[in-house]
Amino acid sequence: MDAAPAIELRGVSRRYGERWALRDLSVTVPSGQTLVVFGPNGAGKSTLLRLLASLLRPHGGEVTVLGESLPRREWAVRGRIGLLAHDALLYRDLSARENLRFHARLHKQPAARVEELLERTRLTGRADDPVRTLSKGLLQRVAVCRTILHDPPLLLLDEPRANLDPAATALIEPLIGRESGRTRVVTSHDPVGGLAEADLALGLRDGRAALLAPAGEVDVVAVEALYR
Amino acid sequence: MYGKGLRALTLATLVALTATFALVVFWAPNDADQGFIQKIFYVHVPVAIVTLVAYVVGGIFAFKQLRTDDRKWDVRSYVVIHIALIFNVVGLLTGAIWAKASWGHWWVWDEPTLVSFLIVFLLYATYQPLRFSIEDPERQARYASVFAVIAGAFVPLNFMAVRMASSLVHPRTFATAEGGLPGEMMFVFLVSLVAMSLLFWLLVKYEITQKNVTWQIRALRRRLLGDDAVAPIGRSAAPTIAPEAAKPLGQRPRVSYENSPEARSRGPEEIAT
Amino acid sequence: MRSREPRPMRPTWVLLRKDLLLERRAPESVPAMVLFSITTFVLFHFGLGRDEVEGSLAAGVLLVTILFAAILGINRLFVSEQAEGGFDAVLLAPIDRTALFLSKAMALFLFLTLVELVAVPAFAILLLGPSPWDALGGLVVVLALVNGALALVGALVSALAIRTRSRDLIVPMIGLPLLVPALIAASRSCAPLLAEGGASWPAAKWLAVLALYDLVFGLLAYAVFDFLLED
Repeated sequence: MDAAPAIELRGVSRRYGERWALRDLSVTVPSGQTLVVFGPNGAGKSTLLRLLASLLRPHGGEVTVLGESLPRREWAVRGRIGLLAHDALLYRDLSARENLRFHARLHKQPAARVEELLERTRLTGRADDPVRTLSKGLLQRVAVCRTILHDPPLLLLDEPRANLDPAATALIEPLIGRESGRTRVVTSHDPVGGLAEADLALGLRDGRAALLAPAGEVDVVAVEALYR
Repeated sequence: MYGKGLRALTLATLVALTATFALVVFWAPNDADQGFIQKIFYVHVPVAIVTLVAYVVGGIFAFKQLRTDDRKWDVRSYVVIHIALIFNVVGLLTGAIWAKASWGHWWVWDEPTLVSFLIVFLLYATYQPLRFSIEDPERQARYASVFAVIAGAFVPLNFMAVRMASSLVHPRTFATAEGGLPGEMMFVFLVSLVAMSLLFWLLVKYEITQKNVTWQIRALRRRLLGDDAVAPIGRSAAPTIAPEAAKPLGQRPRVSYENSPEARSRGPEEIAT
Repeated sequence: MRSREPRPMRPTWVLLRKDLLLERRAPESVPAMVLFSITTFVLFHFGLGRDEVEGSLAAGVLLVTILFAAILGINRLFVSEQAEGGFDAVLLAPIDRTALFLSKAMALFLFLTLVELVAVPAFAILLLGPSPWDALGGLVVVLALVNGALALVGALVSALAIRTRSRDLIVPMIGLPLLVPALIAASRSCAPLLAEGGASWPAAKWLAVLALYDLVFGLLAYAVFDFLLED
């Protein structure tokens, strides 16, 4: 199980109408490693994450996630992926606790797990307020709890530190950072910080891989060039 | 190549339609009570039957699209429903004329075929707006197929309910005093049914051919002028992407024009016009 | 590793509970549908120019009102999923997608039942000529079948329309023609119940048609709903 790569993409393409959002992408991410995806807006980063999360079907190529071929065996990876997208996937009129309990029930997790996570992200004080009253930073912390509620071996994170102050970042780091020990795919606009946490770096431009190399061999300048 | 057998089918349809109209006008007996106008029956009923069958067929094609995810079924389902909708309007108009001739009113609620025809028309009239309001062609094909499957199953269910609800049973042309259609009328009716079916099939074939040719020209222009020179397709209710283009990159049929002498000698302007 | 997809019932309850909690926290559909129904009765009073209705007219007024009120609820049924990511949440969880359809249909059924608990007595007071008490048993049966039809077709049409650009137009345009057979059967069933001079039990064939309609659309929805969630 550990020997097999967590993610294997071979020649993967995805189209929206006539426009190709991803073209002929081949990436392999070994278990436990971090792939950081750079690229300007619209380069295909979110499409890639949704493909890996089994929310989008590929229009070409082969996608294998956690040893299961998608989309044929997509039900076998459900519940083993944590997706943290721009959309928090939280109901605004419910409290953080109610939202998390709802997700815990969907994933067959005990309510104690919710309390544990609320504790660890220091949300206990605001846990019963409707989510719509929370600040963006607090909301992101709740979303992080939602993402790792079911202890998924694979994390897909879309700019996870976007609205967070340093203290909050430190708070969620053990949960979704490198030290969480999970396989991770992280999108980032920050070349320095992104490369620092990466094992592998992927640069997307117009849906194609413009850059793919072990993070140690990638220069910050090469990443910045993607945005030009 | 597209449009195989189109000419033969066109000729057959023309012959069948001419024969039908000749038979209806000159040979079929005039109805004892209703006179000549009753003969619109030979248009109305076959058109109605073809429409209802076509809706069900459109649903079956849509089901295949959902099962196989092959876009050619979406194109077929779309075209069949599109033409059926036109037949549906013809059926409603001829039905209204027939009602006026037979019962003196443009509309009769006791005629279940006509009433269920109206309901089915109202439902299928939303097929195009539904497609038009979905921009992503993949989702459009899938959602339209879901609609077509539901609506296709709805057609017989609706017919049954309306039929049960019409309290009076009018003297129907099929059920005359002798218990059936006179032999001559039946013969003309069957000829007309064949002609209308051929006409339907022909129109479907024409529209599919037209779409395929448009896509082929578009693919060629993209090939010759580059992707940017060809204006993107705007919102459309019709399927906008050729079924081949929807297939994965590696499996697309090779465009053989690229290296052929004609393609090279032809200037881009010529293709562009 | 699981060899098959999990059963849909348990997650259905989880999802239904969440829908009911949301409606309790931020009541939207049910109050709107109740007010709409009562306003429509007032409109019918003036529109028809009658103080009392009975028989098939009463059945028509009651059922058309419920049908139009249901459209309001159907329009909003998936809004929270669309706006707040509930679709993704369901797709990411190890549950059968049918659970989402079942939970939405059940939620709509419960909402309609709540609405009718207010709207039917209001109708009896405001417009109905004959006494409603004799008809009560029959009405409960007919309305339960009508709610089933509205819930199944409504959840399906709502899911079909939610990710289109003009969903509030698509829902009534597709939903109303689809519900015509149900309305035919329901009003034929209701008419003898609300007849002047005493209620009589509706003809079994119309109840059978309603039940058949529920069954057909239940199976259809089960067959096609999954395709609406794919992307």
